[in-house]
Amino acid sequence: MNQVFKRPKSLKYVQSHFCPGCQHGSAHRLVAEALDDLGLSAITIGVASVGCSVFLYEYFDIDVIESPHGRAPAVATGAKRARPDRIIFTYQGDGDLAAIGMSEIIHASNRGEDITVIFVNNTTFGMTGGQMAPTTLSGQKTSTSPYGRDISKDGSPFKMAELLSNFDGVAFSARVALNTPKNVLLAKNAILNSFRYQVERKGFAFVEVLAACPTNWGVTPLKANERVAQDLIPYFPLGIFKNTAEF
Amino acid sequence: MQSGKLFIKGNEAVALAAIEAGCVHYFGYPITPQSEIPEYLARELPKIGGQFLQAESETAAINMLLGASATGVRSMTSSSGPGISLMQEGISYMAGSELPGVIVDVMRSGPGLGGIDASQADYFQATHGGGHGGYHIIVLAPCSVQEMYDLTMLAFDLSDIYRIPAMVLADAVIGQMKESIVAHPRPATLLPEKSWAVRGKEEGQSQNIVKSLQLGDGEMEAFHWKMHARYQSLSLNECRWEEYLTSDAELIVTAFGSAARIAKSAVEMARDSGLKIGLMRPISLYPFPQAAYRSLSERCKNFLDIELSTGQMINDVKLSVARDTEVFFYGRPPGTGSLPDPEELFQHIKSTLWQLPVQV
Amino acid sequence: MRYNVFLSGYGGQGVMLAGNLLSFAAIYQGYNVTYLPSYGVEKRGGSAMCTVVYSDGDTGSPVVGHPSVAVILNQRSFDTYANNVCRGGFCIINSDLVINSESLSPSIVLVEVPMSRLANELGDSRVLNMIACGAYAQKTGLLSIDSLVAALENTLPVRNHPLIPANIKAIECGAESVRT
Repeated sequence: MNQVFKRPKSLKYVQSHFCPGCQHGSAHRLVAEALDDLGLSAITIGVASVGCSVFLYEYFDIDVIESPHGRAPAVATGAKRARPDRIIFTYQGDGDLAAIGMSEIIHASNRGEDITVIFVNNTTFGMTGGQMAPTTLSGQKTSTSPYGRDISKDGSPFKMAELLSNFDGVAFSARVALNTPKNVLLAKNAILNSFRYQVERKGFAFVEVLAACPTNWGVTPLKANERVAQDLIPYFPLGIFKNTAEF
Repeated sequence: MQSGKLFIKGNEAVALAAIEAGCVHYFGYPITPQSEIPEYLARELPKIGGQFLQAESETAAINMLLGASATGVRSMTSSSGPGISLMQEGISYMAGSELPGVIVDVMRSGPGLGGIDASQADYFQATHGGGHGGYHIIVLAPCSVQEMYDLTMLAFDLSDIYRIPAMVLADAVIGQMKESIVAHPRPATLLPEKSWAVRGKEEGQSQNIVKSLQLGDGEMEAFHWKMHARYQSLSLNECRWEEYLTSDAELIVTAFGSAARIAKSAVEMARDSGLKIGLMRPISLYPFPQAAYRSLSERCKNFLDIELSTGQMINDVKLSVARDTEVFFYGRPPGTGSLPDPEELFQHIKSTLWQLPVQV
Repeated sequence: MRYNVFLSGYGGQGVMLAGNLLSFAAIYQGYNVTYLPSYGVEKRGGSAMCTVVYSDGDTGSPVVGHPSVAVILNQRSFDTYANNVCRGGFCIINSDLVINSESLSPSIVLVEVPMSRLANELGDSRVLNMIACGAYAQKTGLLSIDSLVAALENTLPVRNHPLIPANIKAIECGAESVRT
């Protein structure tokens, strides 16, 4: 009998702390599969950020540096400059990357640092309890936008994958979602590619992963998944915005 | 490596020492009065296969230092007041993650944008945990260009041995002045293996995690006690200071860095006029040489603390000396035109002496 | 013995370079040297000053309140610093730019050198600082002209080494101007 599904070797055999229906688990898995497929886990250093993604080291069986809130791209820059022969990736949420860490992500990507950035966008600050994020959609109610995000006051949600694709230093920028099997497969491909870029030293690679956060959205996992299709994807279109290399 | 005597700025001596200490990874952001450090390294590091990176901010710079240091290499950044304030977040994370790394602070006046003149008003920030959470970093205070070189090298060793970030706390005078130095080769210090560093985990090896998050029951408290013990060991083993003519002194002047340099000339003037004055100059500000002050104060009951601020180190001096010791203070808060000269300090030494009870 | 000299002018007059030249000359003569620059935040046109302390022992304080010699290149520096010179000390001025020196205390010896004019006569206004150094060395007798000349190579960036002969001329001209 052929085994068709198994736990990736780069993931530990532990129970996660993620809420039911949270898609961090899926995103973790896709990253781990990419490391396995490319045989990278022994030379990979993960950079954890602050938020629900902070426990990277609890789930990944790799070496990990935990960074201050938003600073993961700077930490990864230091690590990559010190160890250019290692694979360095950051795993950041939207509060971390697009709010407090906007400066670090802009500059690291514009410098074309040879790193991979996995950006999980669930349109809210998850760990602190569902506050408004820079990617919170117009009208979306959160604990700090109880009347819905007001564009005239809070600005429009950032489209990070498009924004970063403008920089010469960015070699690959894509947005994927995890709401359907097809999208998961596309996401897997994009994540795999983002690591290939690094292996080939072809520059900065960025994958924005639209993810559901049923707990903070206040809906069931199934409804949350529907929301990704109904509300998120229309504003945050899926696709590859920059792809400078062929594999 | 350049050898023999060199006539260079204090800031350049720092850069030279860093390279000699095996630090070829530097991350920084321009600010007066320390820019000669990044300028020197931007020129020299590429020649030896090192990495110089001008970060987008001091916040990014300290985090690049964190990332590089986590992989086990020696790494350095440098700045001055406004930039050091921005770095406090990263320094706190480094302290919490037990990461070594060297931060050079060439103090300028403040608060806020302040000015570019020499200051010692960041003593509290440096020695009493400038960021959140309750921690200390090693703080060394040079008073000459040679010491800029020597203490930078020492900062790397102490930081690696104790796994605590180390700061070289200089100021605009020490950073900008030029003196002849001997660029010693790196001393042969026995350093611990960095088995904690993240380098990629081979199969079968245990996972290395560099982190400061501690959520388990009692985990955070245990960390604090562990660090407390390490700080005590620092205090026991790594205090450094210079005494000058203290053995018969009736009044001991105490100052660090550039103020000590000026004060030493004032002490010489006092001696020339027959006054029994000595100088106690702490070189390590953290650990503070408490025991040395204590033992000096067993004999000499009068100290005069001189600082380029309204008084910060004086708190540590008062905590260190015997209870019946009088600690006087003279300060010149930093700013243009506010640097005291030896004559001014000498006058103040004399007026302090007049306040002392007549010895019978 | 410990010696000190204070130099001041406006940014662009070569005050820092002059301080460096005197420093290297003192090193050449075996002294320990401390050179302390200080300047305004402007890159050009602000005030520029420096202090050089040299000694056969410790140089002591880099900050000198009452220098034994001041070399003053413009009026503003004169008005601010000239009277800091200690009793019996020299105040060597660029008499072309220090028009009014009447405020100088009688206890300080005024040495007037028309540095700007001499520099222009030599064909390059930039050598003014070298004239000042030559005058300092000659007037005090503490540093030899030979040491200044020897120090040029260390002081000037390599790209300016072709100008060394012109600088030597200016140093000698400065020395000549105060020879009695």
